[in-house]
Amino acid sequence: MSKNSAPIKGRAFVLGKNIDTDQIIPAAHLVYSLEDPEERKLYGKYALSGVPSAESGLPEGNIPLTKDGETESQFKIIVASDNFGCGSSREHAPACLEIAGIEAIVSPTYARIFYRNSVDGGFLIPFESFEDLSKEVKTGDELEIDQVNHTLKNVTQDKLYNIKPLGSVADIVHAGGIFEYARQNGMVPAK
Amino acid sequence: MGMTLTEKILAKHSGRDRVSPGDNVWVDVDVLMTHDVCGPPAIGIFHKQFGENAKVWDKNKLVIIPDHYIFTNDKYANRNVDVLRAFAAEQDLPYFYDVGTDSYKGVCHVALPEEGFTRPGEVLFGTDSHTCTAGAFGQFATGIGNTDAAFIMGTGKLWVKVPETMRFVFEGTSLPPYLMAKDIILQIIGDIGVDGATYRTMEFAGEGIKALTMEDRMTLTNMAIEAGGKNGVVEPDEVTEAYVKARTDHPYEKVYSDPDAKYHSIHHYNLEDMVPMVAKPHSPDNKATVEEVEGGYLDRAYIGSCTGGKLSDFRAAAEIIRGNKVKLDTYIVPATTEIARALETETIFGTPLIDIFREAGCKIGNASCAACLGGPSDTFGRLNNEEVCISSTNRNYPGRMGSKQSQVYLASPYTVAASAVTGVITDPRVFIQETVI
Ligand code: SF4
Repeated sequence: MSKNSAPIKGRAFVLGKNIDTDQIIPAAHLVYSLEDPEERKLYGKYALSGVPSAESGLPEGNIPLTKDGETESQFKIIVASDNFGCGSSREHAPACLEIAGIEAIVSPTYARIFYRNSVDGGFLIPFESFEDLSKEVKTGDELEIDQVNHTLKNVTQDKLYNIKPLGSVADIVHAGGIFEYARQNGMVPAK
Repeated sequence: MGMTLTEKILAKHSGRDRVSPGDNVWVDVDVLMTHDVCGPPAIGIFHKQFGENAKVWDKNKLVIIPDHYIFTNDKYANRNVDVLRAFAAEQDLPYFYDVGTDSYKGVCHVALPEEGFTRPGEVLFGTDSHTCTAGAFGQFATGIGNTDAAFIMGTGKLWVKVPETMRFVFEGTSLPPYLMAKDIILQIIGDIGVDGATYRTMEFAGEGIKALTMEDRMTLTNMAIEAGGKNGVVEPDEVTEAYVKARTDHPYEKVYSDPDAKYHSIHHYNLEDMVPMVAKPHSPDNKATVEEVEGGYLDRAYIGSCTGGKLSDFRAAAEIIRGNKVKLDTYIVPATTEIARALETETIFGTPLIDIFREAGCKIGNASCAACLGGPSDTFGRLNNEEVCISSTNRNYPGRMGSKQSQVYLASPYTVAASAVTGVITDPRVFIQETVI
């Protein structure tokens, strides 16, 4: 995850609403180690594999996040409709997206635990949009998130949208996660 | 101005006189629970961050309950239980309920109360979204991720944003004979939506709640997460005390909402007006009354999980199944080993529940999460194809119980049992009325 305020650029992967953690990483795959460098790549391979094919990579659908046989995605930014990450508390959900190469998500609303896990684990940045951009952005569009001016630019369609500032979690996001934040504030001894 | 029960607990645990919704506070943790899916990665982070020789903040406050992928040949899943075992030995943990031993329990959210870890006024975190179940005991309980759990293992603390509280008030003095707590919570989730309580507390109150047993209350708070809630909570009373005191002599302090506490919103229901409900595929808020979908096609019935696999759930199902043969593949999965044993000793008109199920042709599994969340392909009851299942569990998103092609209706154990007996979606009032008369 980018731990500074530099712009985040990359291609969009678009999803609908209520994308729950079983769709993000189906439960059968929760068994792999996140520590082992090779085994952990399997999370990239199966990220978003539970999304029904027709709804994967909107508006066209039938686009997997990671191509068959690969563990990293060509997409960098997920644009989704409401309530992204609902369901279980599995941290494997933001982790698998990071492993697949996702750096940020833009959605009007998130499920609480997913949001918190993304921030505290320093996996990716969950940005909140004012409107549901999943109807406007198309999978494959080039996007640019400006973290200073709080905007999302759709380079392909030449459109600019405002997004919400990170608010009270900004310090944790920019520290890179809860441990880094706690170290900076003397709550956990330095390594 | 007064505070809600949740605000009071968070204030006390963060050393403040008062807190307000939106405040970020660091709270002291009374109990941290983890299981076989999220425990190993949390342990990995703990060691990485605090050092290979680090010790947990308080070994008496960490509870490890393997329950998810237990009866499987999946090598990775079994390796994960080994990781827990090694950690429990290394940290000398008194509360590790190991697989294959007499102490093995099963589903963590039911095991926690059984073992006396759910106590009024306390703060409990768990690496599982249904940790909110414990709020039934008048405590603050919520699910967290592995990083947060590792942070607690090392420090005993965690930051929490104080949630606003939505109050759900129930009138009526008892549950109508055909209604279960599951119907109530499906109705609420259907009304407010799967994100209707996001970031908020769901507080269940009123005369109608006082009439509920502990297990009923647990069904309500269990599914707070299905509306996006941070926690679900019920004020403690004699029912709570009787349950807790029978399980632990650990001291606790009961906390209540002030009459002038400020709520995000107040919602009224009357138990007498409520009817059996389902959540249709593929979302817990896709509500319908059972009447509306009556006769719907089914392949399978499933009774189990932290939501619908408690003793009272099986008793309810057995009342309907007794003396019948099931027309669907019907899976019975007790949440815990204690419940599994009780199925042998609890009787209806002299017949043990387990015999009622066996004679009806049900398949009976071992205490664990089993097919509630799909799991490895050899999991008991898993939907491996295009099955349509009616289930007493809590989630029916695509692929939740296995295959993406399967479909799941969520319903009360009464409705699942009635449907198992007839072979199609069936309103339990057909059977209950008969029993009452
Ligand atoms: S029974 Fe189901 S919902 Fe409950 S803890 Fe297990 S997998 Fe989660």
